[in-house]
Amino acid sequence: MDATQFLQVLVTGVSQGCVYGLIALGFVLIYKATEAVNFAQGDLMMIGMFVAFTLLNVLGMPYWLGLLCTCAVMGLVGSLLERSLIRPMVGEPTFAVLMLTVGLGFVLRAFAGGVWGADPKAIQNPFSGKVLEYGGIIVGYENLAVIFGTAFLCLGLAIYFRFTKLGISMQAASQNQLAAVLVGISVNRVTSIAWALSAGIAGFAGVLLAPVSLIDPQVGFIGIKAFAAAIIGGLGSLPGAVIAGLAIGVIEQTAQLTLPTSLANSSAYLLMLLMLILRPGGLFTSIQRKKV
Amino acid sequence: MRFLFRTSHAKDFELFQHGGQVFWYGLLAAALLAAPLFLDPFYLGELSQVFIYAIAGVGLMLLVGYTGMVSLGHAAFLAIGAYAHARFMTYGVPFVPSMIGASLFTGVIACIVGLPVLRMTGVYLAVATLALAEIVEQILTHWESATGGFRGMRVPEPELFGLLLDAPTPFYFICLFVLTLCMFGALNVLRTPTGRSLVAVRDSETSAVSMGISLVRAKTTAFTLSGMFAGLAGALFAHRIGHLAPDAFTLLTSIQLLLMVVVGGLGSMHGVIFGAIFIGLLPQAIALGRDVVPQGIGALPGLEPAIFGAILIAFLIFEPDGIYGRWVKIRRYFEEFPLYRKDTFKRQRRFLHTERLR
Repeated sequence: MDATQFLQVLVTGVSQGCVYGLIALGFVLIYKATEAVNFAQGDLMMIGMFVAFTLLNVLGMPYWLGLLCTCAVMGLVGSLLERSLIRPMVGEPTFAVLMLTVGLGFVLRAFAGGVWGADPKAIQNPFSGKVLEYGGIIVGYENLAVIFGTAFLCLGLAIYFRFTKLGISMQAASQNQLAAVLVGISVNRVTSIAWALSAGIAGFAGVLLAPVSLIDPQVGFIGIKAFAAAIIGGLGSLPGAVIAGLAIGVIEQTAQLTLPTSLANSSAYLLMLLMLILRPGGLFTSIQRKKV
Repeated sequence: MRFLFRTSHAKDFELFQHGGQVFWYGLLAAALLAAPLFLDPFYLGELSQVFIYAIAGVGLMLLVGYTGMVSLGHAAFLAIGAYAHARFMTYGVPFVPSMIGASLFTGVIACIVGLPVLRMTGVYLAVATLALAEIVEQILTHWESATGGFRGMRVPEPELFGLLLDAPTPFYFICLFVLTLCMFGALNVLRTPTGRSLVAVRDSETSAVSMGISLVRAKTTAFTLSGMFAGLAGALFAHRIGHLAPDAFTLLTSIQLLLMVVVGGLGSMHGVIFGAIFIGLLPQAIALGRDVVPQGIGALPGLEPAIFGAILIAFLIFEPDGIYGRWVKIRRYFEEFPLYRKDTFKRQRRFLHTERLR
């Protein structure tokens, strides 16, 4: 593998990794705010893609307006899901919520298949078809959009959790619900907002991703790899999720070239298992081991 | 209402608590033994399928219901058992030793895998098992010399004492026998100190450790046992489907198994049976339902997984104790008839509290 080829793999890996990172951000957000794990995050993104498809291609909205509307619609979907499915589960063990979201994923997939059909679709956007060429390395503008979109979201979320009152109250609500209630945080409202935000991010990710991969109901399975990224980064760490996403993207691309298929396909999971064995908390751990 | 008057400690953990139970379980056993006399071979096949699910369910219940560890990748152990059994049989190992061998093999794999994986808890464990299932699926697809890859491999016909056991009736009896054995095995394990320590770990790891229970040992035991039961179920499942291919052991299979223990009722062996009946008969019910509903809905792709998902959600929200829990409530209502208090089974909710720093 010469230098150019290596750089090309690196760039492709980074843009693929940003996709994982984007979805992982949604996981981390919900986990940070409610301690629940949303296994349906990838499927929410899939729904976001279909919503964007409807708005842009069927209703003919301009791209940027469509992007905003998709995020808004998905935010609504997220808060509706929270209201109808997650709120009754308050006070139940976390694995019950986990299983519930696994079930939700299956339902969403069938729903999308029923409404939009199972054949793949594509969205036109201002970036599609154009490529940036520099020194023999080729990058599509749509991949660049994914990279910049991820960076933008990551920064926004970091500021949100660090400096806004709502962001801080979200962290408080997830660390100790009773204490949060006692200091006057409405835990229900915080949870609802977290789900809305997370679904909105999924919508954003969907719009960015739609030109890179085709839209069909099965695309949400990418969420499992994104979940691996969230775990490697240490659940609850935003930069960790993105860095781990990038790492998985690059390693996967390299493995495709150098290792047999079976190893390459499962490299993300092997990486995750290795991480869980060596450093169970993840790269940027936010969990203290329970002392007994 | 029946009052149990216990006069010794031994009475506290007898398998059958009172004569009524002996009578009803005896009746059930008699009905199951006589089933081939009046049931169509097709329904016998379906019942065998239910038994196979129940065998895997016994293992999963030990893990999820009694030790409190969630496995999202139990189909992997089912697959390992099935492939190992088929391999042993093609090498000419007789039916029974091959089945035991497959079960032990799966148990060993579960133990090896479990040692590092079990240091994790809750979500991490669920995801690690999910990753494991994905990796096993990749191995099944790509290790062609051992598994036949995409084309899969044929399972040799089972033979016992020179008799061919492929027909529905003998196969039904084998499944019934193995399930009974597994059920007794699991119930007996649960009555031993090992089993009690599993329950203690589920209820509170902190207090379990203070009582001198080794967490790693308890969890590894549960994981290994669970793997052995899944391997046994896998071996029988191999004969049931006749031809093994990787697409028989997917994420959906794992979810089905998990759905079985949740719907049946976590933390009770009755729940396994209820759940297995439910899971085994649901595809039939869906197939029947397809003819009734309008054409468009019936032909939807992914309808079956969606129904599984919806039922899982409904049970988690409305009846976390599952079918068995509902049955206990109904029975209690009639036992205490005019005096039943509505809040007897009120769910206790607790505030979330984690050990996170940031």
